[in-house]
Amino acid sequence: MSEGEGKKAPYTLPIGPTHPALKEPVMFTFQMEGETIKDVDFAPGQTHRGIEWMGMRRNPVQIVHLTDRICGICGVVHTLSFCLAVEQIAEIEVPERADYIRVIVHELERVQSHLLWAGVAAHELGFDSLLHLTWRVREQAMDVIENITGNRVNYGIVQVGGVRRDITPEQHPLIEECLTTYEGLLSSLLDLFLDDRSIHMRCRDRGILTYDDAVHLCTVGPTSRASGVNMDLRQDYPYAAYGDLDVRAILPDQYAGETRGDVYDRIVVRLLEVGQSCGIIRQCLSEMPAGEITAEPKIAKLLAVCKKAHGEAIGRVEAPRGECLHYVRMDGKESPTSWKVKASSYSNLMSWIPMLRGEQIADIPIIVASIDPCLSCTDRVAVIRGGRRNILTKEELHRLSVEATRRLQA
Amino acid sequence: MTGTILTPEEVVDRFSAKFGTGIQEASIREKREGKKKIPHYTIWIELDRELLRPAIQALIEIRYPHLSVIAGNDLGDSIRLVYIFSIQYGEIRSEYMVTLAVTLPKDDLFVPTISDLIPGAVFGEREKQEFFGVTVTGIPDGRRLFLPRDFPEGVYPWRRDETGIPDSMIRDLWASKRPTDRPAPPVEEKEACEIEGGEEKPAEPRGKGEEEGSQ
Repeated sequence: MSEGEGKKAPYTLPIGPTHPALKEPVMFTFQMEGETIKDVDFAPGQTHRGIEWMGMRRNPVQIVHLTDRICGICGVVHTLSFCLAVEQIAEIEVPERADYIRVIVHELERVQSHLLWAGVAAHELGFDSLLHLTWRVREQAMDVIENITGNRVNYGIVQVGGVRRDITPEQHPLIEECLTTYEGLLSSLLDLFLDDRSIHMRCRDRGILTYDDAVHLCTVGPTSRASGVNMDLRQDYPYAAYGDLDVRAILPDQYAGETRGDVYDRIVVRLLEVGQSCGIIRQCLSEMPAGEITAEPKIAKLLAVCKKAHGEAIGRVEAPRGECLHYVRMDGKESPTSWKVKASSYSNLMSWIPMLRGEQIADIPIIVASIDPCLSCTDRVAVIRGGRRNILTKEELHRLSVEATRRLQA
Repeated sequence: MTGTILTPEEVVDRFSAKFGTGIQEASIREKREGKKKIPHYTIWIELDRELLRPAIQALIEIRYPHLSVIAGNDLGDSIRLVYIFSIQYGEIRSEYMVTLAVTLPKDDLFVPTISDLIPGAVFGEREKQEFFGVTVTGIPDGRRLFLPRDFPEGVYPWRRDETGIPDSMIRDLWASKRPTDRPAPPVEEKEACEIEGGEEKPAEPRGKGEEEGSQ
């Protein structure tokens, strides 16, 4: 505290660009008044890789492998939306079986992503035994994904025109077993998360995002559904095999009878979606038609088709975190003229501001984590070199933190 | 907000009735997937810059739209911004994408902000300012978003003209060799593993388990 009474409040608390409380790099600047957050600003873009720029200099088949690597968790959604867009431009008809395989992998990804998030949320609350439990059970989904695609993370299964690997009858029991495990676990997961007193205390009415804010700030996915916005692309805008499957958006009032738009509701939505995904996968396995898995297995031919394509299109899918959208424009050249990646978190980051205002420092980690931010998805662009930025060092941050504690003890 | 659900044709009709010749082009594209081939629609509308805000107002009158993203193209002497919306979400299978595209000549590169109509648009507008060099007039927060503060002024990564990323800013990692000016490592580097002349290997794979650690 400096001398002079006028300097008491507000003061600035920076958190980031990397910080132990944040799982991914983003720069937060909080205006604090005592323990209460008065205002907040954030600067994304700490992990730019220039992926769109790179994509505009590559052909669609090469881009597919780039899109696989946009996100470290969602290995399928970016590739899928990119392929949906290119397939529209080049008028490639995807075989029905491929649509089903795409949905199966897509839903398995949702299961593992939501479980991963649930673990992170538990950890942010200091409930590490629950973190270890959820991450241990998540492994089964990862194993099944590995069994289907050959990879744990960058699946490389979706290709323009279809998928690259089939699901054989021998794999069905393995997937079934995984689904049964999760369906059996779901009620205990719900108990552990939703009936726990400390989780309830830390999450109920914390980080509220109202319905109006959710709509006006263009939020997507579980973040907006937890605020009562009925939106889910699988229901509203059925792509791939979702038109056959009758999916309905999960809203928190289905579980708790009310919608508060707080962190707790976001846990509710994500956990219930794990169960929903299991149902979808099971339905896909039983209804999957036989047939080809790709429209064009020969890459050279596929590229020739893409090279002739003219036009623009949008591919969008419901990623675990919400709508993921790719805009592609091709003008008869090898590489697309324009490519815009809109990851789910791109739409959700702005909702941090109303959520964090008026909350306490100690709630920052869980509120920040509650939208399941994926910054490597959101930051894709730019070339960074040299130069300096005037940003607080770790020591300064630590000093501020100590000062804050001392003031509290005084 | 109205409770009725419009068909994609009705949406286009509304726009053509309201804005007449200001709509340069409007088309509906349909896509069908899965076994049941249930369609979903994208409505593409090209309009004058002056009509962008009234058109969004018209969308809001139908139902408050979800702004997905603002995409853009560099078309040589103009920049075309594509505002990608979706309307009528929350109703089973009745959501449409509506894209409103405005073409801005490069010598007059500005577009009015829409952030007063849709607050969430600021994010995308900030991004368009830094990546395309488009001036968004009336933007409440004009700072950079993704680009670092020390990124040079007047370089716009998504432009395809001389203001795009110059070659001097591109570092080809594949072309960079191992640095030679570093101090010697504390532990001596292991010898690179010898690669046999190709075909002689096949006898080996049997002992895979034992040899795993050999590298």
